[in-house]
Amino acid sequence: MNEITEYLTEDHEHCDHLFAEAENAVDAGDWALAVDRFAALRQDVRRHFAREEDILFPAFEARTGMVGGPTSVMRDEHEQMRNTLEAMAATVAGRDARTFLGLSETLLMLMRQHNMKEERILYPMADQAMPDAAVLVARMAEVTG
Amino acid sequence: MAGLTYDQGPSLAAPLRLFLVAPLFLMLAAVAGILLGHDWLSGRWSPAALALTHLITLGYLGAVMQGALLQMLAVVLGSPVPWPGVLSWCGLLGLGAGTPLLAAGLLFGEPVCLVAALVALAVAWLPFLAGVAVALSRALSGGEMDWPLRLAGLALPVTVLTGLALAGGLAGLWSVPDLAGLVDLHAGWGLYGWILVLVVGVAYQVVPMLQITPAYPRRVTRALAWLLPAGLLAYTLEVLSGLPALHWLSLAAAGGGSLVFAAATLTLQQRRRRKLADVTLDFWRLGLAALALSTLLYAGLDALPDPARAAAELSLGLLFLLGFAASVVNGMLYKIVPFLAWFHLQSQTGARAGTIPNMREMIDEAAARRHFRLHVAAVCLLAPAPFLPAWLASFGLLALAFGGHGLWLNLRAARAAFLAYGGRL
Repeated sequence: MNEITEYLTEDHEHCDHLFAEAENAVDAGDWALAVDRFAALRQDVRRHFAREEDILFPAFEARTGMVGGPTSVMRDEHEQMRNTLEAMAATVAGRDARTFLGLSETLLMLMRQHNMKEERILYPMADQAMPDAAVLVARMAEVTG
Repeated sequence: MAGLTYDQGPSLAAPLRLFLVAPLFLMLAAVAGILLGHDWLSGRWSPAALALTHLITLGYLGAVMQGALLQMLAVVLGSPVPWPGVLSWCGLLGLGAGTPLLAAGLLFGEPVCLVAALVALAVAWLPFLAGVAVALSRALSGGEMDWPLRLAGLALPVTVLTGLALAGGLAGLWSVPDLAGLVDLHAGWGLYGWILVLVVGVAYQVVPMLQITPAYPRRVTRALAWLLPAGLLAYTLEVLSGLPALHWLSLAAAGGGSLVFAAATLTLQQRRRRKLADVTLDFWRLGLAALALSTLLYAGLDALPDPARAAAELSLGLLFLLGFAASVVNGMLYKIVPFLAWFHLQSQTGARAGTIPNMREMIDEAAARRHFRLHVAAVCLLAPAPFLPAWLASFGLLALAFGGHGLWLNLRAARAAFLAYGGRL
């Protein structure tokens, strides 16, 4: 059973694609598109974090008793990514492509090494540990904001 | 359970000290090549060529790969290498002393240098091998995606132990029954089993990650899971038995595997979603093209008459080591070092993104691009050098030296930015 892994990995891919669209638009100087794609990226990354922090992580911690372990590392990395996204938002508002691209490079590395750890370690652990994975996935799908 | 450690990897200092020493060996190799003149162009078994080869394989590639593995296994396999600080010091001191000693020992045939090199290189590699073995044994299995890292993890000790045996044999510490056979095993397991297979294992992880490409197709990873070990096995049996049929088998499997890997990676990169110019991508593409070219050259070696064959063997080595391996390693350094500098700086200071230098402010893209151009020039001038007048090679070596210097300055710039904003090493 790997419902959690599949569901959240797809969510990662969705965010990766939005990231590439936003970055490509900034690089091409198409700010109208960049504003739109960046807003979608920021919203959907936050939604992904909410799915994990509000639903998956608490359930995982309650089930396994691992409170200070992997989930706390993941929360810290979410915070780094939120910070970076906010700094990027300021560069979008200021039409500062150079700083945006320096920050986006940083965000990409943060995101992808973070995702790798989640997809290869945390999600499979969650799939193994949680008896009600399908219910959790359904609850995560309801998160919209 | 290994995955539960969930380690963040070692401190920045552990990999960084290895990354910073590595370009010095690239410069040393280039300067030594200029000073040695046409000695090294006389053939791959010439003392000068052997000395230069080891400055690049041990000093440059070896140091970077040690640093990168200390960092990477924690993320990729969920299993950190234990004692990263101690291993990194062993690597720095052992490679720092052992590589020039080995080069001098090979060049001058000086037993004292070879014995000292043997000791220093044992310090560099034996603890490192133990650490990697522990990490691999604790890692969760990721199936086809992980096996190249595991195969490389097997090839590294074979390379190191055959190398130590050869150094001791050349120094007269013991007798080596079949010196030529052992040299072939050492070179084959080192270049193919360790370098190429490791790059395959790393590529599976980082190519989709860096450029947002699709994952490697299952049929590719499955084919490579057979071809690459089969090539290594057939090559080993060929060296041990001398059966000509095995030569064709190893050529088909190893050469086929290399070409499949190069073609699959270039195709994936073509399908990337991330479209912006990226120096790491360009280093990879150069490296993959050089890999394909060196494979074709390898396949054609037997058809060449003798003087041309000796030159082609040297070209092959230059294409593989500088064109392929060094290019990929350069490209990776331009992602790993600025990212680690940013990541550790942010974690240590708690500074908000935007108030500390981002990755492109850690290492300027234009400066990295200058290094890329010098590296392209070095590869294009050096790969055909064995067929051309000897003085032409000096231009390629100059480009290599300046490129190595540029890389060193770029890595130092990331370190300086890290320290300037309050990072602690």
